[in-house]
Amino acid sequence: MSEFQTNSRVIKWIEHRMPVFSFLDHSVGRSFPAPKNLSYLWNFGSLAGLVLVIMIVTGIVLAMQYTAHVDYAFNSVERIMRDVNYGWLIRYIHMNGASFFFIVVYIHIFRGLYYGSYKAPRELLWMIGVVILLLMMATAFMGYVLPWGQMSFWGAKVITNLFSAVPFFGEGIVTWLWGGFTVDNPTLNRFFSLHYLLPFIIVAVVVLHIWALHQFGSNNPLGIDTKGPQDKIPFHPYYTVKDAFGVGVFLIFFAAMVFYAPNYMGDPVNYVQADPLATPAHIVPEWYFLPFYAILRAIPDKLLGVIAMFGSIAVLFILPWLDRSPVKSGRFRPIFRIFFVLLVIDTVVLGFAGANPPEGTWLLVGQIATAWYFLHFLIILPLLGVFERPKPLPTSISEPVLKGGGSMAGATTTPMEKA
Amino acid sequence: MADTATPAQAGSGETRRDFLYLAAGAMGAVGVGAVAWPLIDSMNPSAEVLALASTEVDLSPIEVGQRITVTWRGNPVFIDHRTQEQIQQAEAVPLDDLPDPQADDARVQQPEWLIVIGVCTHLGCVPLGQKTGQSRGEFGGWFCPCHGSHYDTSGRIRKGPAPLNLPVPPYEFTGDTSIVIG
Ligand code: HEM
Ligand code: FES
Repeated sequence: MSEFQTNSRVIKWIEHRMPVFSFLDHSVGRSFPAPKNLSYLWNFGSLAGLVLVIMIVTGIVLAMQYTAHVDYAFNSVERIMRDVNYGWLIRYIHMNGASFFFIVVYIHIFRGLYYGSYKAPRELLWMIGVVILLLMMATAFMGYVLPWGQMSFWGAKVITNLFSAVPFFGEGIVTWLWGGFTVDNPTLNRFFSLHYLLPFIIVAVVVLHIWALHQFGSNNPLGIDTKGPQDKIPFHPYYTVKDAFGVGVFLIFFAAMVFYAPNYMGDPVNYVQADPLATPAHIVPEWYFLPFYAILRAIPDKLLGVIAMFGSIAVLFILPWLDRSPVKSGRFRPIFRIFFVLLVIDTVVLGFAGANPPEGTWLLVGQIATAWYFLHFLIILPLLGVFERPKPLPTSISEPVLKGGGSMAGATTTPMEKA
Repeated sequence: MADTATPAQAGSGETRRDFLYLAAGAMGAVGVGAVAWPLIDSMNPSAEVLALASTEVDLSPIEVGQRITVTWRGNPVFIDHRTQEQIQQAEAVPLDDLPDPQADDARVQQPEWLIVIGVCTHLGCVPLGQKTGQSRGEFGGWFCPCHGSHYDTSGRIRKGPAPLNLPVPPYEFTGDTSIVIG
C-alpha cells in the first residue's frame, strides 16, 4: 500500500496546494487497504451511493417541469409523462429509483446485522447509517406526496396525523406541519422544499458514514480483524472493479423494472387526483414502509402505536449495546444464525401484514410479528450474547484459505505470509 | 495574565470569567431563539389561510334523515338532519359506555341538526356513512374504513382505535334554517 505517486505535473501542482488526489487515493484508491475476503454482499454500499446520485440527477431535472401547487401538481406530473421529452423515462427512473434505493439499503442493513458490522469499533458508523435510513424515509415520504394523487394525499394525512398522538402539543404540531387545517397547498409547498433539501443532507451524512468507515475499514464475512498486509488488498483496482461489476448487474435489474414494469411497485390509486373529501377504500404506503406500518397498526392505542413504530428504528440505533456477543460474524454463531433467519422472515411477514387491512387474522399476524421483532432485539440478542457458545474463530483471514487450499494456493500465499 | 496576577486576583478572575462565559452563552441562546422563532412561526397557518375560516350553509333543502357534506377550512363537515329515532338512540346511551363521554345535548344546538367535522380522530380519514349504501358501522352513525372506527348517531366514538368523538365545529344559527360554521 504505497503512498500516492504520480508523474503528471498538473496533478503534482494541484496536490501540493490541496492534497485532493492523495485524499481520493486513501478513500477509494490503491492506498485504501480492504480485507481480501469481502463477498458480494459488500457491494451494496457503493450501489446505494450510485442510486443516491441517480435520484439527485433525475430529481433536479424533474423539478424543472414540476409545479408544486394543489391545482397543478397532478397535471404537471401527467405532462411530464406525456409531453416532456423523455419525461416518462426520467420520472420512471426516479419513481423506481426510490424503491431500488430501499432494496439496496435494506440488503446493506441485513448484511450488517448478520456479520455484526455494528459492533465495536464500528458503532458510530452503524448509527450514522441508521440516521441515513431515517433521512431516506423522510425524503421518500415527502416525494411521494408531490404527484398529488389519492395515495399521496391520504398517506400524507395519515402520517402527519401520527404527530397528533403527542400529548398536549399534538394538535399544534400537526397544524404547524400542515401550515393549515388539513394537508393542503402550504403542505405541498413545504414538502417540495424539503424533498429538494434532504437528499443533499443525505450526501453530507454519507460523507460522515464513509469517514467513520475509513477509521477501521470494512468488516468482513469472517468478522475478525485483519492481522496485517497479508489479509488485505488495495481497494483499487480490486474492489473498484468488483463494485463496477456489481453496478452492471444492478443496472440490468433496474432497467428491467423501469422499462418493463415501471408501475409494478407503485399503487394505481395514485394515478387518481387527490380528493380531500373522499378517502380511498384502502390506504397503504409504498412497499418499503409496510413493515413499519404494520407495527403502527398492531397496537390498538394511537400513542403507543406511534411509539412502537419509531421504537422499531430506535432499537437499531442502540443495537451495538443490545448484542454483547464478542463474536461478530453470524458464521460462528450457530444459534444467532437461526434467529437471524427468523428475523428476516419476521420482517417479510410484517410487510404482508402492513399491506392487508388490520382485521381478523392479519391483525393477529401483525401483532405476533411485531412482538417477535421487539423480542428479537430486546430479549433474544442480549441473552444470546451471554448463553450462546460460538464456534472457534480462525486466527486470521488467510488461515482458512491456506489450510483448505491446495499447493497452488499455498505457493502463491507463502511469500505474502512472510510480508 | 496568570503570570502577573496574585493568587487572590486569579481566583476572582476565574469566577468572573465563568460568569461571563455563562452570560455570553445565555445571550447567544436567546439570540438564536429570537431569530429561529420567526422562521418556525412562518410555517404556521398564514393570515389568508385563517381568513378563509367561515362557511355559510342553507339547511332548508336537507330532508329529515338526509346527510350532506360541506367544506370548512379544507375539511369535510357532516351535517345530519337526524330522525327522531336517531336522536333517541343518541340520547339513550349511558355515558359509561363511551370512551370519550359526552352527552348528546352537549354536542348539538338543536337536536335534529347534528354538525360534526368529518375527520376521523384516529389518523384523519373521512369516515363513511354520508352517502346511501355506505356502511354506517355498528352504531348507525359513521364507520371509518382506515382502521375500523365506529361512531354513533351523535358522532361519538364507540369502537375502534380513534380516541375521541368527531369534533363539533364552532357554528351558530343565523336563522331557522341557516348556519355559519367558524
Ligand atoms: C434521496 C433521494 C430521493 C428519493 C428517495 C426520492 C423519492 C421520490 C419519490 C418516492 C417520489 C414520488 C414518485 C412518484 O410516485 O411519482 C419523488 C418525486 C419527485 N422528486 Fe424525488 N427523491 C429523491 C431525490 C430528489 C431530488 C434531489 C430532487 C430534486 C429536486 C427530487 C425531485 C422530485 C420531484 C420534482 C418529484 C415529483 C415528480 C414525480 O412525482 O415524479 N427528488 N421523489
Ligand atoms: S383514521 Fe379512522 S380509524 Fe384510523
